[in-house]
Amino acid sequence: MSSTSTTPRSPMAPPRSFLWSRRIFLTLLTGFVLVPVYVMVSSSLKPLADVSGKFRWIPSGLTLRPYVDIWSTVPLARYFVNSLIVAGAATACSVVIAVFSAYAVSRYSFRGKRVFTVTVLSTQMFPGILFLLPLFLIYVNIGNATGIALFGSRGGLILTYLTFSLPFSIWMLIGYFDSVPRDLDEAALVDGCGPLGALFRVVVPAAIPGIVAVAVYAFMTAWGEVLFASVMTNDTTRTLAVGLQGYSTLNDVYWNQIMAASLVVSVPVVAGFLLLQRYLVAGLTAGAVK
Amino acid sequence: MTTTTAASAEPGERTVRKSSPGAARGPRRTGRIKRIGLPYLLLLPALALELLVHLVPMVIGIVMSFKELTQFYIRDWGTAPWAGLDNYSVSVHFDEPVGEALLHSFFVTIGFTLLSVGLCWLIGTAAAVYMQDNFVGRGVLRALFLVPYALPVYAAVITWVFMFQHDNGLVNHVLHDQLHLTDKPSFWLIGDNSFYALLTVSVWKGWPFAFLIVMAGLQNIPGELYEAAALDGAGLWQQLRRITLPSLRPVNQVLVLVLFLWTFNDFNTPFVLFGRTAPESADLISVHIYQASFVTWNFGTGSAMSVLLLLFLLVVTGVYLLLTSRGRKTADV
Repeated sequence: MSSTSTTPRSPMAPPRSFLWSRRIFLTLLTGFVLVPVYVMVSSSLKPLADVSGKFRWIPSGLTLRPYVDIWSTVPLARYFVNSLIVAGAATACSVVIAVFSAYAVSRYSFRGKRVFTVTVLSTQMFPGILFLLPLFLIYVNIGNATGIALFGSRGGLILTYLTFSLPFSIWMLIGYFDSVPRDLDEAALVDGCGPLGALFRVVVPAAIPGIVAVAVYAFMTAWGEVLFASVMTNDTTRTLAVGLQGYSTLNDVYWNQIMAASLVVSVPVVAGFLLLQRYLVAGLTAGAVK
Repeated sequence: MTTTTAASAEPGERTVRKSSPGAARGPRRTGRIKRIGLPYLLLLPALALELLVHLVPMVIGIVMSFKELTQFYIRDWGTAPWAGLDNYSVSVHFDEPVGEALLHSFFVTIGFTLLSVGLCWLIGTAAAVYMQDNFVGRGVLRALFLVPYALPVYAAVITWVFMFQHDNGLVNHVLHDQLHLTDKPSFWLIGDNSFYALLTVSVWKGWPFAFLIVMAGLQNIPGELYEAAALDGAGLWQQLRRITLPSLRPVNQVLVLVLFLWTFNDFNTPFVLFGRTAPESADLISVHIYQASFVTWNFGTGSAMSVLLLLFLLVVTGVYLLLTSRGRKTADV
């Protein structure tokens, strides 16, 4: 999608010095970005001797053994399923709730609008550590009072994660919805759609790139979180973020397995992100940065 | 909406409308109530969740900071005795061990955050500006540059942990074995070097976000501005200073703030890099408070430290928005 809306900077060809500085800068940056990726990929294919001794750029031999072993060293499959459920559900809920909120803020004027947006956005600056323990106590108390198990369950984690991505999602969608012409939903209202009909038949379809961008962000947030996952899960509900540390607490550190597992858990998000990144850029362009 | 409900609706028109126009007064009133209530109804889920997960816990956290909440009371925290301002005075007595360690951690975090945000912004902006024009391989490069940001934190940081290993890591292999820059292999995850290790990982993970935002911001600058400037004889450097950077100002205002808050509160990176106890030179405040709360089981003091941190961030954000919004009509954030 690199060809979209490329602004021609100048009608003249850029000077040679610019081209050379660009070449050098981008080459160095590519190296900086790629070295860890190379380490991850190459080490995951090395025999254990290669990763226990001195670092080798070129593996002495290639093996797929680590990719077989990772599933039995720790219950990786279970962590994987847990992460999928938690991140998937958190993303779905977060997107729907953000769409409703952003529509209200974008299309209606009402008392408390500014208070709402400022309050929601200001939660972004809370240090997670401040509400980790209180939240833990609230979940335990809700569990004791109503029998709904939030602490240690996937539900509690879903609830927590969806609020993490909510502020940024709402903020980005407000900008995106603002860029959808009002005439469109007013026409829908005149045609007999209710406000919700106008939202789902007109505004949402027109804002799909923004919504996809928000979903990508929400999924990545939930997939990568460590702090709350380490406190709020137990053996059966543990997610990848915590589960991956299981490899290094063993007596022998199987670095080839750790790298293989890291790669396996990264592939879904990185692939999804790269496929959808053009929506993210388009969404940011139309919404957040306008 | 109400103006279109004509009193003498024709039969054909009537079938189109959902609300019956016959009883004009009734629907109009409920319609208005709906119109006023609807935005609040739409906001309700978001509000309820923010209350449950952020605002109520914050209030409880503030209450806890005034209690003597040690492990003896954690089962039933309501019965913990009030401690008045004790937790705060322990935290800010900078000549005593607890306060001294907190102050040290605070300065480490400030230094780390400023360096990390500055580097992330600089690299991200430079890359976005260099990649403003189309060239062969631009799309591939752009996808590649976003990989560190897309990788889950723990997977990325654990790879760096491997690279920073003393005996079998890549960093020592390159610096000591291949380039002979050091006399003996260095320790990267303990001791003074750990600050630079943390900074490297943080910049590696953080700069693509700046790149992404600045790249999106650049697409909103009309190309005619550059054409006009080029016709007037402005060089690339002048175009950058007179067009690109001023146009990016509103984007940068938000970007720098968001980067600052995220980096300052970052827990995941140091936690995966160093484990539960961070080395002194890389003792970021969020891990420090986590340790003060969960390792020593003194949640009252931990909460007081968190509240102080929140107050600091509130002041910094307020001052920042005031300073950067001067001369602009609205500060939307």
